[in-house]
Amino acid sequence: MVVDTVGSMEAVTDLTLREIGLATSKVLGRSVDVANDTHIGRDLAVDSLALMNIIMELEDTFDISIPLDRLASVETAGDLASLIKDLRNRA
Amino acid sequence: MGLFDKHLAYRDAYNAIRQAGADPFSVRFDAVVSPTEGVINGKRTILLGTNNYLGLTFDEQAIASSVKAVQERGTGTTGSRIANGSFEAHVELEEALAKFYKRKHAMVFTTGYQANLGVLSTLVGRGDHLILDADSHASIYDGARLGHAEVIRFRHNDPDDLYKRLRRMKDVPGERLIVVEGIYSMIGDTAPLKEIAAVKRELGGYLLVDEAHSMGVLGEHGRGLAEAAGVEADVDFVVGTFSKSLGAIGGFCVSDMDDFDVMRVTCRPYMFTASLPPAVVSSTVTALRRLEEQPELRHKLMANARRLYDGLSGMGFVTGPTSSPIVAITMPDTERAIGMWNALLQNGVYLNLALPPATPDSRPLLRTSVSAAHTDEQIDQVLAVFAELGVAMGLIEAPLQRVSA
Repeated sequence: MVVDTVGSMEAVTDLTLREIGLATSKVLGRSVDVANDTHIGRDLAVDSLALMNIIMELEDTFDISIPLDRLASVETAGDLASLIKDLRNRA
Repeated sequence: MGLFDKHLAYRDAYNAIRQAGADPFSVRFDAVVSPTEGVINGKRTILLGTNNYLGLTFDEQAIASSVKAVQERGTGTTGSRIANGSFEAHVELEEALAKFYKRKHAMVFTTGYQANLGVLSTLVGRGDHLILDADSHASIYDGARLGHAEVIRFRHNDPDDLYKRLRRMKDVPGERLIVVEGIYSMIGDTAPLKEIAAVKRELGGYLLVDEAHSMGVLGEHGRGLAEAAGVEADVDFVVGTFSKSLGAIGGFCVSDMDDFDVMRVTCRPYMFTASLPPAVVSSTVTALRRLEEQPELRHKLMANARRLYDGLSGMGFVTGPTSSPIVAITMPDTERAIGMWNALLQNGVYLNLALPPATPDSRPLLRTSVSAAHTDEQIDQVLAVFAELGVAMGLIEAPLQRVSA
């Protein structure tokens, strides 16, 4: 039971990471690989404007609002995935 | 790690731009001789990027009232209005603005930037929602950061996208403030304000329009896009500036909402900065009156804008979606944008170079702003320079030569 829960959480995180990768590729106009520890600024060369545009895509993908002030703590794709998970639970 | 290490990439990019010629972000004028002409490196230059829409910087009456004010009231107020009080001209200016916009309340700020910083950070707070057009000016984004509201962006000029995002938060508590601009400063497009107002009416919230570039420019009386679109009743707050059509510096907000004046003791960018000096306030009061007295300035401005826009578009330059006093030419790449900007300056035309990420769509722009004070001859001279350089740099095709029979 416990294992199942952890397993499905991981699956959710993987799915979220995949969507982050798709949104990033769409905004940057090039394909990117995204893992949990991918640094959004350094590894993907995403500037502040591009990040805000990626957020707009993800809001539509998950049908949630992602307030910009919540991005202050986001450095890696994993951080962003947890934020999205958080906001989906809140909804 | 040094303090400036995080900025080194910008330093390198900036140095590369400067190596290509003049420094577009630090142009030095030897003299400015009129609203439309200056001297740069000893060369007379047409000013086509100064946001001086009505050409009022050299209005004789505005200058006279400014001179009188500085002589009678001194050079500065040396403090904020809550600490040092108001001069009669501050109150006079606020009354004139309220009357001009037909609103109950007006508040003056020391700059337009501070007006957005102050109003956006004060109107909404923790638990409220600020809904911004994605292409908003930096002062709007900075105002959003200064406050504690949750900030959501909607796709530029897209009322359906605004609708979708407001719907998404329909059960979430808190106030909503929607923020758009009358004319967007980079490519001169206007907000679809009628449709945005309709979304606001349906889903609720307040609407603020930043008319910085549209005051004195749009609307039969120059009240901006809200007037032109016929939706002033739906606009709860108008923010604007004195540093464009009124030829001075300063910002303001007008509204009909009760309790608006409480911002005078809660809005930090209003409270904790020195108020505008008498000379600026007095020239602004006069410039506002001149704006109202001379609708012909607005008509001439629009005619000049059309002349430039049609001329550039006709040659094959990629311009914005509509003719407006801001005419932006999209350049294929940064290198050619910088090259063209330098060549224009060498040929006596000054305009603005705008580089990503300050531009929409991450494409470099040559940004012009037209003035009512430009003569047809000046616009034609600008067009001639553009035609010659555009062909030389491979940006447009040479005009077809008439083949003799």
